[in-house]
Amino acid sequence: MSETVQDVSTLIISKLLANPKVPRDITGSSKIVEDLAFDSLAVMNFVMEIEDELDVSVPLDRLAEIRTIDDLASCIVSLKKGT
Amino acid sequence: MTIFDKFRGIEHRLEELKALGGRNPFDVVIERPLSSTAGIIEGRETLLFGTNNYLGLSQSPRAIEAACETVRARGVGTTGSRIANGTQSLHQQLERRIADFFGQTHCMVFSTGYQANLGMISTLAGKEDYLLLDADSHASIYDASRLGHAQVIRFRHNDPEDLHKRLRRLDGTPGSKLVVVEGVYSMTGNVVPMAEMAAVKRETGATLLVDEAHSFGVLGSTGRGVAEAAGVEKDVDFIVGTFSKSLGTVGGYCVSNHPELDLVRLHCRPYMFTASLPPEVVAATIAALEDMQAHPELRSRLIDNAARFHAGLNTLGLTTGKTVSPVVAVVLDTIPEAIALWNRLLTLGLYVNLSLPPATPDHHPLLRCSVMATHTPDQIDRAIEIFSEAVNSLKTEALPT
Repeated sequence: MSETVQDVSTLIISKLLANPKVPRDITGSSKIVEDLAFDSLAVMNFVMEIEDELDVSVPLDRLAEIRTIDDLASCIVSLKKGT
Repeated sequence: MTIFDKFRGIEHRLEELKALGGRNPFDVVIERPLSSTAGIIEGRETLLFGTNNYLGLSQSPRAIEAACETVRARGVGTTGSRIANGTQSLHQQLERRIADFFGQTHCMVFSTGYQANLGMISTLAGKEDYLLLDADSHASIYDASRLGHAQVIRFRHNDPEDLHKRLRRLDGTPGSKLVVVEGVYSMTGNVVPMAEMAAVKRETGATLLVDEAHSFGVLGSTGRGVAEAAGVEKDVDFIVGTFSKSLGTVGGYCVSNHPELDLVRLHCRPYMFTASLPPEVVAATIAALEDMQAHPELRSRLIDNAARFHAGLNTLGLTTGKTVSPVVAVVLDTIPEAIALWNRLLTLGLYVNLSLPPATPDHHPLLRCSVMATHTPDQIDRAIEIFSEAVNSLKTEALPT
């Protein structure tokens, strides 16, 4: 199965919206730290949930480059392709 | 815009904390220790239940004597790195004693426990390797992951199945896999399921490093820690720990049966580029280790004390971790509640550690208490009584919002 960046981004947004504290108007270009008010621990914990859903591990050093939800989606897609 | 702008957030939070409770919780001064279990804080005699001094050996007469003798004979410091002028015969003696205590062939002594984790983990896991960390790892382990060049993967706290799943995902990738767990997690007192973690290691061929900082001197039939207690010492490749808890001094170590540990000395920046331990600290540490070995009853008293304190807090209706260990964390719902309780305890003569998110798991503030072998039953009962008084007095007042 090969997800597109769009698929993964949609999945991330739906997971995020399950948390009532997350603003309702988030999009793929929302910034995870600034727009969602996540601290570093919250980001790592949230990514863990997505990892399980998609059976992929996102190394923490890759996480450092991620600003938006779409960045996270692209990173996951590239990890799943093994690049 | 100044270079200090990034600190304004923490400055603001600190002002809020002070406004809520009247004190800066990160600036408590123990004016003078009276014993291992009591000290003067704000001019009052205060019970110490937040020191990590599990066996009370910071006040060991044997260690004090050894330090005094050594400082007179050798001076106060080494002024150099272990790989230059900073290795004296005492450092080698300490390494031999620690290795022998663990029944391992090799030992490296570091200047702090923080540096032992920082150095070992960042050096062992290289560019092509993977580092697998428990989600609730200590800051020294996370910092090591940033100093080193390995790819870093977090697994769920104390969850061997999750670790296994993440190792399976790496099947077929080149590079070694270094798994890091802690014996007792310092914030919550949770004990690692060591036998299960060792089984995952055996099955996957990963390398296993255990940080016994809070379990050394505490768990296992001879105090070697969680791997001894679980009977899986042969599965552990590296044990890291500190002298600043059960042995009451300062410094860190790594022991291993891998002879290559001696090569790590020449790659490990936190070992190479810092001054070695002062001789009197080394002598005091050796003496404290002798004390610990000569007095196994300290360990059984510690476990009894931990059980008494844990049960007492639970009887008051406070939420703590389930496992009984010398770290007893009272879990609270809100930061204002935690600040108010912590301040009231200190006013009533009980010092515990205030731990706030994000330094705590799950965004809960904790009042982290650590129990000692040298606490008397009366001191433990008094500490529980103070908790009860503080909780009751706060119930009758409106909590700050």
